[in-house]
Amino acid sequence: MSTMTQSDLPGVGMTPGNIRSKKLPLAMNLAVAVVAFGLAAAIVYGFGIGNWVLVVVLGWVLYLVGLLIAASRVEGRRAARNRAWRSLIYSACILAILPLASVVWTLISKGVQRLDGDFFNSSMNNIGARDPGGGAYHAIIGTIQQVGIATIIAVPLGVLGAIYLVEYGRGRFANTVRFFVDVMTGIPSIVAGLFILSFWVLIVSPWFNNGEPRFSGFAAALALSVLMLPTIVRSTEEMLRLVPGPLREGAYALGVPQWKTILKIVVPTALPGIVTGVMLAIARAAGETAPVLLVAGGAAAINFDPFNGNQSSLALFVYQQAGDASKYAPARAWTAALTLVAIVLILTIAAKMLARRNSLTR
Amino acid sequence: MGDNPSGSTNAPAGGPGVTGRHARAAGNGVSPSSYDEPPIGGGGALPKKARFSMETGFRGLSTSAGAMVLVIIVAIAIFLIAKAVPALRANTVNFFSYEQWFPNDAQPKFGIAAIAFGTVLSSVIALIVAVPIALGIALFLSHYAPKRLANPLGFSIDLLAAVPSVVFGLWGRDVFAQPVQDFSIWLNKYFSWIPLFGGDGPFGRSIMLGSLVLAIMVLPIIISLSREVFQQTPTANEEAALALGATKWEMIRTAVLPYGKPGVIAAVMLGLGRALGETIALAMTLGTVFNISFNLIQTGGNSIAANIANTFGEANDTGRGALIASGLVLFAITLVVNMAARAIIYRRREFRDAAA
Repeated sequence: MSTMTQSDLPGVGMTPGNIRSKKLPLAMNLAVAVVAFGLAAAIVYGFGIGNWVLVVVLGWVLYLVGLLIAASRVEGRRAARNRAWRSLIYSACILAILPLASVVWTLISKGVQRLDGDFFNSSMNNIGARDPGGGAYHAIIGTIQQVGIATIIAVPLGVLGAIYLVEYGRGRFANTVRFFVDVMTGIPSIVAGLFILSFWVLIVSPWFNNGEPRFSGFAAALALSVLMLPTIVRSTEEMLRLVPGPLREGAYALGVPQWKTILKIVVPTALPGIVTGVMLAIARAAGETAPVLLVAGGAAAINFDPFNGNQSSLALFVYQQAGDASKYAPARAWTAALTLVAIVLILTIAAKMLARRNSLTR
Repeated sequence: MGDNPSGSTNAPAGGPGVTGRHARAAGNGVSPSSYDEPPIGGGGALPKKARFSMETGFRGLSTSAGAMVLVIIVAIAIFLIAKAVPALRANTVNFFSYEQWFPNDAQPKFGIAAIAFGTVLSSVIALIVAVPIALGIALFLSHYAPKRLANPLGFSIDLLAAVPSVVFGLWGRDVFAQPVQDFSIWLNKYFSWIPLFGGDGPFGRSIMLGSLVLAIMVLPIIISLSREVFQQTPTANEEAALALGATKWEMIRTAVLPYGKPGVIAAVMLGLGRALGETIALAMTLGTVFNISFNLIQTGGNSIAANIANTFGEANDTGRGALIASGLVLFAITLVVNMAARAIIYRRREFRDAAA
């Protein structure tokens, strides 16, 4: 914090908070609150225009207005405005926490309903609308294979691209690449899916399949790698830039060629940071639904072969179960969502932990 | 990640001059007889650069990996256009002004007007709702909350940014739809004289539900980006404002907000890009009605991405082409938004470096 507090400078404490002699007493504050909410309740129930939610909202608005008026009487206009903005900022925080907490709460309470061994050991094959069982085994297999292949494709490309940007790239071309890496970060996942659909599924895959276009987990992996690539390039680039220049110069002075310096000195030094970026990219890719829907098609049965035939993924499983009419489908959807979030959060938290232990810091 | 302007961007680690010369000078002890130029100065015993070495190979490999990004962007445009053109040729109505979507008929009729409108409308409303709240929370985290609270809170907001959109879609459809429906009915009862809240129902899976879910989803992104910008405000500026007797809010208004403005604009544009491209959450919450209407609460609304996800299953060849054509439009829109956001960030970065 930049403000000098009283404890820093004993006796000189002249901060905006205490330079004014008159302050709004807490009792007054509470009184305003009581009056505001009482008035709101009276209005709402008196006219019969809503329920308790409206009382809270209206009461809060009245409280803010009342506080502004009371504070400007006692403390002056500027201090009152300061107080009002602080209350607004605090209420923004509360307002945003409510839905996010609701998401977490629903996820857990509805997700544990089907969190049993059966869910992780069975697929949706031969599960009809009246069958309560069924699970996400096939979807978990699909997610792991697709994300794995996507990682294998995207990581070498991304790391090499970042090496180019940091170690070799000069001039207009490198700046263009850097700019479009940033732009590519914002490509919608559905566009990546459509790209692979028109490129791989409709044009390339018929060559291997007697002229018939074919959905496959590999196509989904391609789409995911398109989405992962810019994220990996950006994070790796940042990490490589943090490697101190003297390390490189030391290697050059010993006569080590540049490529060997990069591979043996620069990349190992930045490795924890690179791994963090890769894990975050994996976490993001694991949650993508749209590309898998477009190019892997989704399937009810277990398919271990990513190059051949439809596959599902956890995110797609959630989407499909959510659209299913069976009364058992919502529970499956929520449990799959909980599993997905657990995987994504574990990856993210592990990545952040790793980042914290990273010796290279900004 | 990676969006905070780092001061060292234009100052490459390593340095071009050093690297280039040394790379050539570092040989493996080739005999001096292998060069044909007369030796110059002390470097006479150094070997000539080999025509092909690991160095050139590695350099070429990494350069082509960098160029891959450009290749992919261009390839996206080319392949989408290639698959969209046949469908657009078969289209019997104007693609840009027609509002319905019947690409699978014998006489394909489809137009992007309604879904493009829905995409922009839902994203804009989402941002109108999310940006003030996000800025409030970012300021809370950077300037109001005690450090012990701000750090875990910021960490959990970063985690929320990683939650997949399908989860938000599921939540929006199963949980959030009910309160929004109640709210819509209430709005319609008392404010139906405003065209936004008019209509006779049914209410529920409306633009409002989609936009609010979208707002909740872009919230973490905008918060974490603008929080980083606010934290970078020079302490000297803040202390100068306080020393002149400014209250905390006046300090924020005069020192923090002007400093963070370009970063906040960029964060908002990135959030807009994310909202425009959001697929699954909208496919699960919007009412899938093809019309151009500013009515927010009646069941309806559709977006380009949601339409692709919803109708892809039963699309034939022309239908696929039509969806790809709509995806091309979405790609163009998001490309423009993202390039604008990045241009702002780059300009700011140069400005910062020049000032430093």
